[in-house]
Amino acid sequence: MKVSMTVNGVAVSHDVEPRTLLVQFLRENLGLTGTHVGCDTSSCGACTLILNGEAVKSCSLLAAQCEGAEVTTIEGLAASDGTLHPIQEGFREKHGLQCGYCTPGMIMSSVQLLQRNPNPSDQEIRHALEGNFCRCTGYDNIVKAVQWAASQS
Amino acid sequence: METGKSLAHDSAEIQVTGAALYTDDTVTNAGELVVGFVGSPVAHGVLKRIDLSSLYRIPGFVAAFTWQDIPGVNLFGPVIADEPFLVKDVCEYVGQPIVVLAAENASALRKARPQVQIEVEEETPWLTISQALKQNSFLGTPREIKRGDFEGAWRKADHQIEGVFYSNGQEQFYLESQAVITHPGEGNEILIQASTQNPTELQEVVAHMLGIGFNEVVCSCRRMGGAFGGKETQAALPALMAALVTKKTGRSARIAYDKDTDMHVTGKRHPFRSEYQAAVDKEGNLLGLKVELHSNGGAYTDLSLAIMERALLHVDNAYFIKNITLRGQVCKTHLPPNTAFRGFGGPQGMAVIENLMEDIAAKLRRDPYEIRSQNCYGNSPRDSTPYGQRVESRLPQILNQIHESSDYKTRLEKIGQFNETSLTHLRGISLTPMKFGISFTATFLNQANALINILKDGSIQVSTGGTEMGQGLTVKIRQIVAEELGVPSEQVKYMTTSTEKNHNTSPTAASAGTDLNGMAAANACQAIRARLAEFAAELFADTQVGLSKSPEAIEFSEGKVWDRRCPEKQVTFGELALQAYRNRVNLGERGFYRTPGVGFNQFTGKGSPFHYYTTGACVAEVEIDRFTGQWKLERADLLLDIGHSINPGIDRGQIVGGFVQGLGWVSMEELRYQEDGKLLSCSPTSYKIPNFGDLPKDLRIELYENPAPNGSIRKSKAVGEPPLMLALAAFAAVKQALGHISPGKIVPLAIPATSEEVLRCMTWLEDPEAAWGLTNSEIPLISKPGQSHTNMAEKVA
Ligand code: FES
Ligand code: FES
Repeated sequence: MKVSMTVNGVAVSHDVEPRTLLVQFLRENLGLTGTHVGCDTSSCGACTLILNGEAVKSCSLLAAQCEGAEVTTIEGLAASDGTLHPIQEGFREKHGLQCGYCTPGMIMSSVQLLQRNPNPSDQEIRHALEGNFCRCTGYDNIVKAVQWAASQS
Repeated sequence: METGKSLAHDSAEIQVTGAALYTDDTVTNAGELVVGFVGSPVAHGVLKRIDLSSLYRIPGFVAAFTWQDIPGVNLFGPVIADEPFLVKDVCEYVGQPIVVLAAENASALRKARPQVQIEVEEETPWLTISQALKQNSFLGTPREIKRGDFEGAWRKADHQIEGVFYSNGQEQFYLESQAVITHPGEGNEILIQASTQNPTELQEVVAHMLGIGFNEVVCSCRRMGGAFGGKETQAALPALMAALVTKKTGRSARIAYDKDTDMHVTGKRHPFRSEYQAAVDKEGNLLGLKVELHSNGGAYTDLSLAIMERALLHVDNAYFIKNITLRGQVCKTHLPPNTAFRGFGGPQGMAVIENLMEDIAAKLRRDPYEIRSQNCYGNSPRDSTPYGQRVESRLPQILNQIHESSDYKTRLEKIGQFNETSLTHLRGISLTPMKFGISFTATFLNQANALINILKDGSIQVSTGGTEMGQGLTVKIRQIVAEELGVPSEQVKYMTTSTEKNHNTSPTAASAGTDLNGMAAANACQAIRARLAEFAAELFADTQVGLSKSPEAIEFSEGKVWDRRCPEKQVTFGELALQAYRNRVNLGERGFYRTPGVGFNQFTGKGSPFHYYTTGACVAEVEIDRFTGQWKLERADLLLDIGHSINPGIDRGQIVGGFVQGLGWVSMEELRYQEDGKLLSCSPTSYKIPNFGDLPKDLRIELYENPAPNGSIRKSKAVGEPPLMLALAAFAAVKQALGHISPGKIVPLAIPATSEEVLRCMTWLEDPEAAWGLTNSEIPLISKPGQSHTNMAEKVA
């Protein structure tokens, strides 16, 4: 079946099997491999992206469900001239990543958090990001990265 | 100075934009096949028949392979080659690969899997240590470390404390599951691209399996999405599968496990059962200790013997024990072969004595801190380990410092008062030390080589056998190289790890990645720098002004080169490189390093296996809900001596990350198996790793200022594994808290101290009759659905 959507501002359209997941559509059809798969059971958050303004786990959505949708992936977060989004900068500056595998999903969830709450407390950050696992950092530096980003605006 | 700076992770810039490539992110090659496998349906059984006949009707299906298709050897293993790649006759764990499948696409592969008919005659499996002991089922021979006369000390002891302590397994849970891609080359050549901590091992096992020379195989790894030991030997099976497909079909092949498959079939941290006897005098001095350790090795040897060895070498932790007998044996069971996981047996060994320290304190009704500090290693003769290595550390000072800085004493008193009055909660605090030996205990592994290439623009490439899994090895090595050559770190690039550039390498493990590879890189840099200094000296020499040629006077700093006696005449490092090239100066070098002075005789249990120790301590305070058994780490103070850190930002990340992983091990990560050997907690929905909410509210990290660190490269110390063991303080604090229920009584608690385990333990302490099941045991097996519910208490027996 044919699926069309706007990904990072670009209209895309592909013929896919109806069972194709959104994350597969991005990774396999569009070659956008920044969105990772950690668990494929909607538990780890590695595949998080922004769909119509909301952070969702792309491993538990069919591409077909996203017909006509507006999708932002980690590849579409920085400005077109390459300037990093403050959250991206925060993760880099504050050692918010180690292996980096959880990072795209973690960043996308943080984007939503700061949109809803530009000045979150430590506890609010911890709560808002609970849906994302990180096995490397022990989370402390992720909290600091988000705080750093919040302090930039 | 380039070292000592908190530079960001090497690939941070591309990791935050999604541009960093993990193995499965690599663009698909034309004609690439998707690989999968069908494994054993049972934990133990005899393979009777494989029927692949209906597979070939599936559109897009390409080929299926069994052991009969293996051109070379069907056995592999890092120490003892006892693990079959594909089952020939006996299946030894659920999911053990039997048939390798290759298809044009994932959907054909999915259709093919259920079409594979496998007939197995099921036999009774044994899964736990207790079951294995009944079967007398072991891997390898027992190991022993012995000093003094334990029996004598035991007879004379004022207090004899004995018991059995259990620590259970843990899943590595790297977020990126196992992934390998293989490509055909000319003739026999094969290229492997893998998420592996040990490219050399993959090179070798694949060559063996294909019956070709090691020199026909190149294995590379750009980065891993976490590993923690789980990609040391466990990357071998997927690599073998993909390589066999490539060999047979002449096409590129890719295998990427999904999380459930990964959790089902890969090895994990070893569960341990430790039976101990401690001889203690009136004052609380540990005069003698005997521990019999058994680990659950799973079906094949893998790294189990080395892990048992490290466990034995860490039972002493920070304590001097004059009379000691340690014996360890690995049990063979019908689980996937258990394997390396951060700490490599060290945590299991240390847990035994930290548990014991709490028990001694409970029995003597003393503050456990006092017991710990009076038994701590100190000056000669109290500085000698059971295996004979001297402990040069500042453990007593570290204990002292954290005791003060954490305000331990006041808090202990307050907690006592709290527990007197609270009806709903219990609190506990504990201070545990940590001493972790750095080096591979297999002495020959303590070597590394590095390649430095300087290009004509002055940019530098460094390659080593070290692999990047998030621990920050690559940025640290760039910093080391930059400092050696006097250029900014940005001028140095760490290249993809590949067996083509660095051969016969050791796994990136044992926390020694930076020590070994950093040293090798520094050695190479020094050789090149000497040549460049020679050349520059000639360049700057000027007889007119009386400047003689003097290589010793050449300075390399911040990307500039000059003669100290004439600083106004400078060239950039790039200009010098170009000039040097034109003058036929060799701008490449291979460095080599072997750790000096290490050696251990595994048969006598004596030697100095470690280059040095990384030490530290932790104070943890916990609060338990008396109704649910749920507990929370309220505050943690961590103090580590990691020498002169090459990158403090990276190292702090390692400390918190390791600590939280350890917290998962002691508190919530619980592997549950069904009686037939099937893992039930096989995904994050049923296996809980720490999340944001599990971080203590108050977390304080300090680096100990050691005036004279005895570390390795640039006086830094290894930091990868040690912090994990600091989490034992949280476990000890839970024991402390529970001790308030029935003072003087020893608290039986196993790792992990899950809410269920804590609740069971609280009930038992109040009324042993009322308790259900066993506290402090191996994790009970779960009966198969439809079968009658076996009494929990009998389960482990
Ligand atoms: S991959 Fe989607 S939540 Fe884990
Ligand atoms: S950085 Fe590795 S999982 Fe988060």
